[in-house]
Amino acid sequence: MSLEGQSLRQFDSASKWSGKTVCSKADIQEEVIMKKTVFLGALTVAGLAAGVAAAGTLDDVKARGKLNCGVTTGLVGFAAPDANGEWSGFDVAVCRAVAAAVLGDGNAVEFVPTTGKTRFTALASGEIDMLARNTTWTFSRDVDLKFTFVGVNYYDGQGFMAPKELGVSSAKELDGATVCIQTGTTTELNLADFFRANNISYEPVPIETNSEAQQQYLAGACDVFTTDASGLAATRATFENPGDHILLPEIVSKEPLGPLVRHGDNEWGDAVRWTLNALITAEELGVTSANIADMSASAGNNPEINRLLGTEGNLGEMLGLSADWAKNAIAVSGNYGEIFEKNIGESTPIGLARGLNAQWTDGGLIYSPPFR
Amino acid sequence: MTITTETPQESFRLSMLFNDTRYRALTFQAIALLVLIAAVAFLFSNLMANLEKAGLNISFEFLGAPSGYDINQTLIDYNSQSSNLRAAWVGIINTLLVAFLACITATFFGVTAGVLRLSNNWLVSKLMSFYVEIFRNIPVLIWLIIIYTVITGVLPGARAYLGETPDKELLFGLFAFTNRGVYAPAPIWGDGSGIVVATFIASIIGVFLYRRYATKLLYDTGKLLPTGWPSLAILIVPSILMFYVMGQPIGLDSPDPLANRFNLKGGIQIGAPLLALWFALSIYTGAFIAENVRAGIQAVSKGQTEAAAALGLRPRRVMNLVVLPQALRVIIPPLISQYLNITKNSSLAIAVGYADITATLGGITLNQTGRAIECVILLMLFYLVISLSISSIMNVYNNAMKLKER
Amino acid sequence: MSNSNSSPVAFVRETFLDEQPAPTSAAGPVKWVKDNLFPTWANALLTVVALYMVYVLLSSSMPWLLSGVWNAESLAGCREVLDGQTGACFAVLTERWNQLLFGFKYPPDQYWRPTLAFALMFAALAPVLFFDLPRKLLIVTALFPFVAYWLIWGGTILAPIFALLGVIAGYVVYERFVKGSFAAGFLGGVAAAFVVWIIGGMLIPEGASENALLSAVPSRDLGGFMLNMMLGLTCVSLSVPLGIALALGRQSDLPLIKVICVVFIEFIRGVPLITLLFVASVMLSYFFPPNTGVDLFLRVVIMITMFSAAYIAEVIRGGLAALPKGQYEAADSLGLDYAQAMRLIILPQALKISIPGIVNVAVGLFKDTVLVSVISMFDLVGMIRGPIVASTDWNGIYWELYLFASVLFFVVCYGISQYSQWLERRLATDHR
Repeated sequence: MSLEGQSLRQFDSASKWSGKTVCSKADIQEEVIMKKTVFLGALTVAGLAAGVAAAGTLDDVKARGKLNCGVTTGLVGFAAPDANGEWSGFDVAVCRAVAAAVLGDGNAVEFVPTTGKTRFTALASGEIDMLARNTTWTFSRDVDLKFTFVGVNYYDGQGFMAPKELGVSSAKELDGATVCIQTGTTTELNLADFFRANNISYEPVPIETNSEAQQQYLAGACDVFTTDASGLAATRATFENPGDHILLPEIVSKEPLGPLVRHGDNEWGDAVRWTLNALITAEELGVTSANIADMSASAGNNPEINRLLGTEGNLGEMLGLSADWAKNAIAVSGNYGEIFEKNIGESTPIGLARGLNAQWTDGGLIYSPPFR
Repeated sequence: MTITTETPQESFRLSMLFNDTRYRALTFQAIALLVLIAAVAFLFSNLMANLEKAGLNISFEFLGAPSGYDINQTLIDYNSQSSNLRAAWVGIINTLLVAFLACITATFFGVTAGVLRLSNNWLVSKLMSFYVEIFRNIPVLIWLIIIYTVITGVLPGARAYLGETPDKELLFGLFAFTNRGVYAPAPIWGDGSGIVVATFIASIIGVFLYRRYATKLLYDTGKLLPTGWPSLAILIVPSILMFYVMGQPIGLDSPDPLANRFNLKGGIQIGAPLLALWFALSIYTGAFIAENVRAGIQAVSKGQTEAAAALGLRPRRVMNLVVLPQALRVIIPPLISQYLNITKNSSLAIAVGYADITATLGGITLNQTGRAIECVILLMLFYLVISLSISSIMNVYNNAMKLKER
Repeated sequence: MSNSNSSPVAFVRETFLDEQPAPTSAAGPVKWVKDNLFPTWANALLTVVALYMVYVLLSSSMPWLLSGVWNAESLAGCREVLDGQTGACFAVLTERWNQLLFGFKYPPDQYWRPTLAFALMFAALAPVLFFDLPRKLLIVTALFPFVAYWLIWGGTILAPIFALLGVIAGYVVYERFVKGSFAAGFLGGVAAAFVVWIIGGMLIPEGASENALLSAVPSRDLGGFMLNMMLGLTCVSLSVPLGIALALGRQSDLPLIKVICVVFIEFIRGVPLITLLFVASVMLSYFFPPNTGVDLFLRVVIMITMFSAAYIAEVIRGGLAALPKGQYEAADSLGLDYAQAMRLIILPQALKISIPGIVNVAVGLFKDTVLVSVISMFDLVGMIRGPIVASTDWNGIYWELYLFASVLFFVVCYGISQYSQWLERRLATDHR
């Protein structure tokens, strides 16, 4: 906390020097003295602004005291606001964990809803610090768009859902079918590839939002609905009669979903990457939100747990964070397994099995590099 | 960005600082130019700095790369291996298609409602005011979504028409109205169909010639030839005769309920998104056109009508020969700007999944390539070209009308 | 006939007959119906068709509307109450009422702030809309932006106060110098305002917003119909002065300035608003200096203001062109310079002619604010398409929400267009 206060003061002096009219993303509501002022002000003192605050994202976030995290505009289980406007979900939990690791407070997050179209610009232009919006890790996004995927928090794949009465048992029988697709993801490309590879025809109906796609599907305007298998499960869970619909066995793509940050800011990338790894390692080592208070109180027998929770070694310091960063991150909403169970696991309406997303020790793909 | 500099420029120009009027104008323009250059340079340098910071560049190479996605409604050959540029062309053609269709039907709706609103039938005129007010005062996006929901929710699914014993029969064995769109028969052009088409085109020319002759006869001799029935006969009879003479070369490819287990195959399909967008744009813009038509007719002073009546013209002729020609001059300029609005509003296609230019280039291509700046610039360029072409047509028309006025 | 001689002129009546009611076929409802509904066969047919349409509309919507459910927790709850009968589920409106109006992130205990700002808006608009009200009320209008800003965004009260002081300083300087020259007054005013704003910005202590009287609300927490109202009002009021400047620039004798204005106006009018919003959401942030994240609300305001300014400029240009040339010549012959001629002679008349057109642009713009839902802002339509329909409780509900949105927009837009018509009649003193 002392560190946080210190950098806040540094930031104070910086912004005082350039006058209040610099519209820094730090605290926009304060800076917006008047819409016109800010706009003209941003133009007039632009030269000064360029010199200020060229520090890394990690310092920016600390100075601001809030993490700007890009999420979807609403997908039940992954990121959706409830009736009180509180965000919750699997991706949201990652944002909160990062905020807790960096700022010590899991609620110090500003959730910025982004669409498939706006998400990359929002990240590239610095409007958000990280994007946790079930975004698939692909070559071109990594290399061409210059983003760093810090890891994978959900291994997904594109599937199909069809009404039972249609009598379809395989996606390869879908010759001539009308397919509803939620746009703005890699879905369209996978779909085109799949049908092309199997040499069958289809009619795509691209739809902006999941709820509208669902409405079209239920009205029979399309025969099948395709999106990530997790999304299909989440959607089917909200139907009046979920039993009338089946998920076809084909998974036509690999969709490793994970949080991403801008290229070239390795300190910040490390902070996010290792926060995610800490959640995964915590599950592997049996650290849960229930026992974390005890475990972090004093060093135990397991040296890796000690290093993770900061009772031994100085991993936090190396990251530029406090010693109890991982403890804070895990304490917010538990370890990876707890987050999974709470938001999308089998006890929730979405009811996803761990499958590929089980720990490597249980035959899944979730695997964190060691903390040493 | 130029705008923020304008207010000061404007006042510079007005100021008395430079008292010599011969140079003052030059001084101000020089200042304006400098400010403009400074603003552009400022924005451009920011852009460069930001791009460099993000490690990005501006490049249009993505246009040549395969798009990778399929499009439902295309008028030109396209598949997922076609380039992004090709996808943009598909989008452009689809935009022009829906704009063209909507312009025709909007004019129809608008003229009907505008004329009926002036009707002396109380109920009809009230109903038309209701239509105009309710469509003018609610955003077109909401109408579009509502109409799309109606189409998908009210019309039956395609499966109702399928199979050996369908729930629903095709209308006349030719048409199907489903929530995926309307299926209609497509003509099959056999041998000799060219001659039938040529006959039809010749008949159209024949109708024009006949009408011209009738008008000339009227002006020269005062003899009035009937135009309605003869025109229709000239239009239809020769073509039908030729059709049978050539041995019925034009067949119909009607939608086949048995070809596929999911959809009707064959014929022409007008997809539900196109249908929704088309209908929403026409009925929304129709309400605006109705107001223009009403204003145009009311702009013709009552004296004109009375004078025509005093000359002994019948009400229909008063309308055709006196009121409409004068009203049209008032109606057409706003009508063309409504057409412009239709073209621009067709960009809402994105809300219903119709593959217009905003949905292909500005939607899926942008999403997939992440080339936001390039896509948006191309998108704006396209709309700009369309708008400028339409406004130049409007200017030509306005000038033509101006000449006749004096 | 036999006793006709008893009165010499028997056919002359000496007393008036009592006035008789008109025959039923020529008066009263029967005549009205005959004249207005069934005057001719064709017309009668139209009437029947129209009646049938009305019947179809009412018979299909009325049962649904009248048996609507207003109290339920979710769509499933509604279906339970309805028990298979047709009926609307208006419960979604009651349950999500605040979200529809204020968005899902505005702090619920602070709802009174935008509500109060909304009420004040009427007081501020009244003197602008109705010329008969005392001119002194314009002070309320001038204060409104600052008060409303403070109410909605909260934070330190010093910010709006310094903003207001800047405007006052600018106005005082303008008044002082405008006698000499308009340019000096205008530039001096702008400079003075800027000096006050910058000094004020430095005087506001850091962290002043944290324990301010009204807690600060970041602009991305704004949403619902409130966002539509705010965008509409802000953009229209900002674009009127800009539109005037552009219209004057387009009429200017200076070729360069004319070209700049023409290019700007034609460019903006040539592209759909949705592409400009794409610019705001995916491009504009690249054009600001690095590390100055201008938030989405502000970027959208910039683009919509530019959009409506171009349209308003064309309306005003029409007004300027409609003035008789004699007015311009009369101003010149009085020896007025350009600024004086415009301020005192031309613009007052031109603006008067343009008001109905400007109101039309305003209505169109207000409707177009729903397009921000496409770029992931949660205005009224964005709330419906996003969080509400996506939530598990209300998944599958459409009509009720869109009906509600339609009614809100209809009430506002119809109100404005009725005002416009009233104003047109009011201003049309010299016609007919």
